[in-house]
Amino acid sequence: MLRGKTAIITGASRGIGKEVATLFAKNGADLILISRNEERLSILHKELTETYDVDVKYYALDITDSAKLKDVFTEIKRDKKPIDIVVNNAGIMEDAVLQMVKPELIQKTYATNVFALIDVSKRASKLMLRNKRGSIINLTSIIGVEGNLGQSIYSSSKAAVIGFTKSLSKELASLNIRVNGVAPGFIDTDMTRGMEPKFYDKNLASISMGRLGTTSDVAKVILFLASDLAEYVTGQIIGVDGGMII
Amino acid sequence: MNNNKKLVEAFCNALEIKEELVIESLKYQSIEQWDSISHMMLIAELEDVFDIELDTDDVINMSSVAMAKKIIAKYEIEF
Repeated sequence: MLRGKTAIITGASRGIGKEVATLFAKNGADLILISRNEERLSILHKELTETYDVDVKYYALDITDSAKLKDVFTEIKRDKKPIDIVVNNAGIMEDAVLQMVKPELIQKTYATNVFALIDVSKRASKLMLRNKRGSIINLTSIIGVEGNLGQSIYSSSKAAVIGFTKSLSKELASLNIRVNGVAPGFIDTDMTRGMEPKFYDKNLASISMGRLGTTSDVAKVILFLASDLAEYVTGQIIGVDGGMII
Repeated sequence: MNNNKKLVEAFCNALEIKEELVIESLKYQSIEQWDSISHMMLIAELEDVFDIELDTDDVINMSSVAMAKKIIAKYEIEF
């Protein structure tokens, strides 16, 4: 489905990002993986290149470091390989009721979930517009759509991603660059496993389909949006939540 | 090809306009073809042609052909 295409994936070393990387490789995409954790990236690189006939590069960096991100994109540009897909997956989630929110938490959450995502999109779309094609997929969250107790900061950062996605889709549509969002519900990842038990149980009970989502559930939707099957789809936020009600 | 010629070609390709239109006084948004979207194409084209990386201030300040020359000259490109 993605043979001949190159995808950049942020937050690629674990959870949804790792699942997307694996599914993309399985579908023939060459990959550029970005994550903070060099060790996990190196292991994933080995796994993917040994299993699939694809080219995989990786960069260990914190995407909130704009200077380092710039260097990465300079190198990508120098390689002269067209970038077809970007999956803006890197994100952080820390819960706190508003009166317990420190400015550092707001700063940290927005730096990763919003500012870095915009930075990556800006740099990647500049590469994509040379070829007048591309697909940018931004990971938002059901919490960004519906809001949730104790998650005002995370929720508002993900709502920002939705606004950004919709606006950018309009800006880039005439250049044949599609921009969509995926809004997972309650997915079984390290991020959700770290939740307070009472919130974890409450969230599980609110899923109509009666089970937690898997990273594979999310990755399959991202694959669809990245592929030519979705060539007329842009500006959409697709929920992957098993009918979760918040 | 000299750099002036390269610049003119970049404008022609990115904005899809004829060479005669690419004069120093041509300004951003003064013609239908040079809108905000084609401006992005122009930036990409100039980066490729001159093998440079323009920053956001350059993109914002590139308000005419004359300014484009001035900005690109910062990157040790002679006109």
